[in-house]
Amino acid sequence: MWNTIFPYLLSGVSVGGQYALIAIGYTMVYGILRLINFAHGDVFMVAGIVMVYIAASGLPLWVCIPAVLLITAAVGFIIERVAYKPLRSAPRMSAMISAIGVSYTLQNLVLYITGGLNKQYPTIPGISNSIQIGGATTKVVTVITPVLVILLVAALVTLINKTKIGMAMRAVSKDFETAQLMGIKINSVISTTFVIGSFLAGVGSVLYFTNYPTVIQTSGAMPGLKAFVAAVFGGIGSIPGAVIGAFIIGIMENIIKGLDVILFKAGVIAKPLGLAIFSDAFTFALLIVILVVKPTGLFGEKTTDKV
Amino acid sequence: MSLLKVTNLVVSYGGIEALKGISFEVEQGQIVTLIGANGAGKSTTLRTISGLVRPRDGRVYFEGRDITDYGTQKIVETGIAMVPEGRRVFSNLTVLENLRIGAYLRRDKDVIEQDIEYVYDLFPRLRERSWQLAGTLSGGEQQMLAVGRAIMTRPKMIMMDEPSLGLAPLVVKDIFTIIKTLKSTGMTVLLIEQNANAALHACDYAYVLETGRITMSGTGEELLASSAIQKAYLGERAK
Repeated sequence: MWNTIFPYLLSGVSVGGQYALIAIGYTMVYGILRLINFAHGDVFMVAGIVMVYIAASGLPLWVCIPAVLLITAAVGFIIERVAYKPLRSAPRMSAMISAIGVSYTLQNLVLYITGGLNKQYPTIPGISNSIQIGGATTKVVTVITPVLVILLVAALVTLINKTKIGMAMRAVSKDFETAQLMGIKINSVISTTFVIGSFLAGVGSVLYFTNYPTVIQTSGAMPGLKAFVAAVFGGIGSIPGAVIGAFIIGIMENIIKGLDVILFKAGVIAKPLGLAIFSDAFTFALLIVILVVKPTGLFGEKTTDKV
Repeated sequence: MSLLKVTNLVVSYGGIEALKGISFEVEQGQIVTLIGANGAGKSTTLRTISGLVRPRDGRVYFEGRDITDYGTQKIVETGIAMVPEGRRVFSNLTVLENLRIGAYLRRDKDVIEQDIEYVYDLFPRLRERSWQLAGTLSGGEQQMLAVGRAIMTRPKMIMMDEPSLGLAPLVVKDIFTIIKTLKSTGMTVLLIEQNANAALHACDYAYVLETGRITMSGTGEELLASSAIQKAYLGERAK
């Protein structure tokens, strides 16, 4: 029984970790700007495409990966400056529409560059290799992902809770104007948020695309949406919430993918029911259930204000 | 030379003039108050001085320097701190973090620690609650924190926007004690109040703001004695 479930659990944890790295970007930007950055999934995709082209240039991987992360962070920075900053005092809906515009712009830009062809993602030695763990065969990346996610999240939480810029981020997320009165430059705090979010999406993209042969301009849409659901599930604005939500969604999806096999081997069903096709539907059904039952999510903004 | 000098300030929001050319001065070490009814333009005046709102006309001078076109950050650095209306402490930060964020622009680490102690000595209740989230404090405590946070910017002048608003009468008394304490330390205070009676008793000089214009000015005693002020802001005295 355990031997049947374990491989699915393992890849669930891995995919969940990759979703988590994207979900953090959604939740941080929402926390500060109250903006759902719909372009975030596409930033993740752009990171994949950038990797394809940089790796094709023949540079060694220890140069490629940092370069990809740097470029992705820069893309996030530029998007914020060009598409969101000019709308700072506009109604929130305007920024959201701008985000949708950025999303399509990135997709079409990549479509133009690649000609709409599937681009083969480079093999990254070390993390693409297969290993045996607990009787299951998997790629090294599956094991590395959760470890890396935990380290990055720990670093991020420390940054937010223990450093000056982190304190400024928390202050800005609460009250723009009063933060300004303390001498905080809110624009640089917001830029920092986008840079961190995009950087993490870049890390996520390297881990995610290693599991897939190719990248195309729409590759960011599905993982982006799933990460968004994870952020809402965890309580948008909350970083631990987004991470936990992402792991739960990643694990559940993969368990559902293997549900036929698991149930068959357990003797519950006599023939496959084709449940695997419901793995995506599960995530979005979950979104609907959350929005109906607990719109603030697992760790939604708690209010400490006294009335 | 006065510390703050405002000349002919005009501010409009979407075509409506909130300030129609006001001029006033604040002397070093004094408590100066602007009193007036709701919508008279008191908050707008403070928001313009701190750079949150851009004036259409007029100038603001601080220590003789023209600061009208400065951004909020530079104005804070110049030495003007604001205690905003409704206190606006960062409820998701601890009391200590709220004080530290007041010192956001400062680099003098040792002096920052001394100043935190200074604020804690001024408001011992804040020291007891150092690790609590500011959102859990009472209204009066939040007001102390907002003042402490302003002190942490090392200002030359503190502007207070309706510090007594929404607080119990006993707490209001505390707030005015705090304002007088600030003055005794040499601080200059520009105070906005709806509680005209308390403000006039506490201040050195006062200006009366009516629908965007200054209609009267004088020392606190002079205005308290004025029959027009008594009628409009202090109510008829019980006989």
